[in-house]
Amino acid sequence: MKFFDKVIGDPMNRVDGKLKVTGAARYSAEYQLPNLSYGVVVSSTIAKGRIRSIDSRAALRAPGVIAVISHENAIKVPGWADNEHPTEPPTGGRPLRAFYNNRVYSNGQPIAIVVADTYERARHAAMLVKAEYEEEKHETNFEKNKGKAVVPAVVKKNPKSGLADYERGKADAYKTASVRLEAEYVHPSEVHNPMELQAITAYWEADDKLIVYDKVQGTKPTQQAFANEWKIPVQNVRVISEFVGGAFGNGLHNWPHETAAIIAAKMVKRPVKVMLTREQMFFMVGYRPYTWQKIGIGADKDGRLTGIYHEAIGQTSSYEEFTESTLQQSKMMYTSPNIGTKYRLLPLDVSTPIWMRGPGEATGAFALESAIDELAFALNIDPVQLRLMNHTDTDPEKNLPWSTKYLKECIQVGAEKIGWSKRSLKPGGVRSGEWLVGYGMGVGTFGAHRGAAAVRAKLLANGSVVFQSAVTDIGPGTGTAMVQIASEHLGISPEKITFQLGNSDFPQAPNQGGSATVATVGSAVVATCQAMKERLLEMAPSADKRFANLKLEDVTFDKAHLSITRSPSVKVAYTELLKKQNLTELDVLQDSKPSQEASKYSRYSFSVHFAEVHVHPMTGQVRVKKVVSCADAGTIVNKKTAANQMIGGVTGGIGMALQEDAVMDHRFGRYVTKDLADYHVPVHADVPPVEVYFVDKPDYIVDPMGTKGLGEIAIIGVAPAITNAIFNATGKRIRELPVTPDKLI
Amino acid sequence: MIQFQYTRATAAKAALDAISRDKTAMFIAGGTNLVDLMKRGIVSPERLIDISRLPLTDITTEGKSLKIGSLALNSTVAENKTVQQKQPLLVQALNAGASAQIRNMATVGGNMLQRTRCHYFYDTALPCNKREPGSGCGALEGFNRMHAIFGFSEKCIAVHPSDMSVALVALDATVVVDGPKGQRRIPFIDFHRLPGDRPEIDTNLLPGELILGVEIPDNRFAKNVHYLKVRDRASYAFALVSVAAALQIEKKVIRDARLALGGVAHKPWRLSEAERALVGKPVSESTFREVAQLAMKGAKGFKYNEYKLKLTPNAIIQALKVASKLV
Ligand SMILES: Cc1cc2nc3c(=O)[nH]c(=O)nc-3n(C[C@H](O)[C@H](O)[C@H](O)COP(=O)(O)OP(=O)(O)OC[C@H]3O[C@@H](n4cnc5c(N)ncnc54)[C@H](O)[C@@H]3O)c2cc1C
Repeated sequence: MKFFDKVIGDPMNRVDGKLKVTGAARYSAEYQLPNLSYGVVVSSTIAKGRIRSIDSRAALRAPGVIAVISHENAIKVPGWADNEHPTEPPTGGRPLRAFYNNRVYSNGQPIAIVVADTYERARHAAMLVKAEYEEEKHETNFEKNKGKAVVPAVVKKNPKSGLADYERGKADAYKTASVRLEAEYVHPSEVHNPMELQAITAYWEADDKLIVYDKVQGTKPTQQAFANEWKIPVQNVRVISEFVGGAFGNGLHNWPHETAAIIAAKMVKRPVKVMLTREQMFFMVGYRPYTWQKIGIGADKDGRLTGIYHEAIGQTSSYEEFTESTLQQSKMMYTSPNIGTKYRLLPLDVSTPIWMRGPGEATGAFALESAIDELAFALNIDPVQLRLMNHTDTDPEKNLPWSTKYLKECIQVGAEKIGWSKRSLKPGGVRSGEWLVGYGMGVGTFGAHRGAAAVRAKLLANGSVVFQSAVTDIGPGTGTAMVQIASEHLGISPEKITFQLGNSDFPQAPNQGGSATVATVGSAVVATCQAMKERLLEMAPSADKRFANLKLEDVTFDKAHLSITRSPSVKVAYTELLKKQNLTELDVLQDSKPSQEASKYSRYSFSVHFAEVHVHPMTGQVRVKKVVSCADAGTIVNKKTAANQMIGGVTGGIGMALQEDAVMDHRFGRYVTKDLADYHVPVHADVPPVEVYFVDKPDYIVDPMGTKGLGEIAIIGVAPAITNAIFNATGKRIRELPVTPDKLI
Repeated sequence: MIQFQYTRATAAKAALDAISRDKTAMFIAGGTNLVDLMKRGIVSPERLIDISRLPLTDITTEGKSLKIGSLALNSTVAENKTVQQKQPLLVQALNAGASAQIRNMATVGGNMLQRTRCHYFYDTALPCNKREPGSGCGALEGFNRMHAIFGFSEKCIAVHPSDMSVALVALDATVVVDGPKGQRRIPFIDFHRLPGDRPEIDTNLLPGELILGVEIPDNRFAKNVHYLKVRDRASYAFALVSVAAALQIEKKVIRDARLALGGVAHKPWRLSEAERALVGKPVSESTFREVAQLAMKGAKGFKYNEYKLKLTPNAIIQALKVASKLV
């Protein structure tokens, strides 16, 4: 059933839904190549030092073992310069190079790989590998080392970087405001734990030809990375990532286990498959970094903001510099004449963090949106009012108009749907039986990005069209959205369209990330459809002379036919044109990039999340009872997958607020909560009904479909909505996530 | 994981014979705990004797007690009408444990014998006296948020993670076992041990012994029971603290009581003194507050589990209030 006339917006089922639920969809660990072997990574058990020796004798004697590879015997990767690694931190650094030398930079680092004829045998033998270390003193304790935070190297190199210290008006103006407060916020590292474990199958087809089936967010960037590593022509690397079982950012980086698999495949001259264990996910493939933040905020008695100061220190590894836009929201969300931000990094003896959904913004929003709530309480003003009062109608940071901004509408709808009028200004004012009831809100924003991409389309004689792009689909339903966009713009029903993706042989696409995929690849689909229509119109006179000399604007493309808009009876089928021209297919390749016009505007998506939360006063248990999320994300291409994104983001936000906590024992520099029994993410019982509303108004400045990104704003602002609701219920302000029961009794 | 032999026993006697012949052998029932431990290299049996098909799954009433076979599944017991009628506290405790999928595999015997979830026990790269005697207790000065406040020793501060066992200890159950010493009966309260100097030994079950089942004497608590489990998420998490409360109430006065805690000690923690203090008292919040204080005698917190000193009495009060229908 269609809810709308247009294909765009239709809550169409996922084009690959059936493949996924029947198990026919193949993920990176599911390719069974002939002569396949299995690699299991051996991880370090110290946080810093040197490997004195690796004893692989027992492993080599174990049944089925083909090789044990470590720095002692690994082939040299040609693209790695011969200098000691890393240089003095933090330098911007470089990724960890597997088996490059005997250095250990973090606990859980890959130090060897065991290759065997079955996974079980490899796993068994991996347990038999014993390493001797020369340990060095490590530093993993953020709180203890906070004073050693440094200016990021990217800022040193480029003082104009968005991460540089920022001042508008006077950074510390809040200190003299009539109502003011200062508060510190902390959230622990949150580890990437998508359902699908990180996996790669690597195969050298020839000495200089590599195929990898790899769980990544970009096939092209990965192709380039491996070509550089192995110093082979880029076209000699093929990266296939057809299905990705959730990535959330951890596939935006190539990790050491990937190179380990490629080294192993080269050495054993067989395809090697490596799948990390759940525990290894905690040590090797990135996480949302431990971040400390401080906010100073002030307003006049009526609630007009007079100053915001926001400072953050994020954790990174000793060898790589990971930065994120933690403070961006504070620069542009509210109308304060005085703003200051300061961002620092703390390199520790840990593995490198990586973007995690709504990356820095979700972290920053926890502090900013909590502080706004604290200020509202101090002012005795409703937090909805306070936000509306200080709403920015133009971007105060860039001094540009917004391309579109419907945040006020979102706030109004959300407040009504959650039942904000039931909220008491005073904490603890509402009860449901024994439970304390609270309402809270949090606003989110993320840049509406668009990059460059190309898309190929082939119209076949049977009337179907095959589109191709190297882009991956990490879960949002990219293929589905692209089919809808193509259908709309080519005038062909969705059933006739196939969208092939996840293969570096296909046309250029960037990483799937930063909520930019629909805008980037969708625009290329539109461009390709346009080019295809031009070709069809060129061919049309061969079928009917009346099409001669017409322009695209004069012609309607619908139901796989061209017709003259002013005399619709003049029409011809696309397939008819192929026949007339004796073509078996019509192949079009077109690229697209953002317009110049766009740079005259400030482009952001916005969201607001409202939560109703119940807290038990005796046991401190928190139950999120209802969440209402409203998004201003431009045109919504598919209402179903978009709602799915929002619900997923809210679920992640519940985890961030209440559960996720990668705890490290600093004596060992090793995580102690490192499986899904100890590291909690929400289960169904934790996730209430989530009501999702979209403004659904196009933003044609961003892209021709009018879309703005959605994936990140789904989570940004959720955690503070929940913690603010907890405050409203209990009067307790917990500034250190996650808010577990022990903090509320 | 090491290479191991696998045999399936079809009779209890055969299982006992098999284990007596091989010191490195272990029984496997649902495997939901043992397989994890093997995969992580924490235990390495060279032979697994699969007892899951043994005819020890019956749930029957005999005389004045309920008998549950050791291989009855956690979910089967929880869904059994007789158990629901006679021992609703046990049903609540079972349903508070793990997930539906795990309860469908887990057995009564295996549940009692599951090992601690202490982070240090589970990681062979870290010290743990329970896993590797003499290596030290990682938790003592480490991340001990989940750990014991009662009955711990310098050697070990781990807790027993079972929910079912908390109900069974409160309900005066008896464990029936068979083995080298012949059949014997172990009061549930003596089944699990405190760590003392030998934290590697969890229970008083002897090597080579097989649990046949548990027996629970009939009682008059069915109307006023509550199993309260405080945990970090709504479901599928181990207890921070749990309370099994059973009351016999007549005319608003408590005639008899059973009270036990989970998540606070190396064994399910029966509160006999608090039980006695409840008897004869009126059902009221102040009674429960007094008793909760009494129950905390001797409790001591560590760096990360101090909160249990407050959460535990709160949970006791709350469980008693629900059991007595005060709320
Ligand atoms: C993710 C996760 C979450 C969990 N959450 C909870 C929870 O919240 N609460 C809770 O209580 N439990 C929880 N559990 C634990 C679960 O209840 C146990 O794993 C289960 O009860 C063990 O039963 P089993 O039959 O699978 O035992 P197995 O794993 O087969 O065996 C466990 C041990 O008992 C021995 N054994 C088994 N049966 C007998 C017998 N009849 N005689 C002698 N020895 C025997 C075995 O040799 C082995 O040493 C959780 C488990 C997991 C994996």
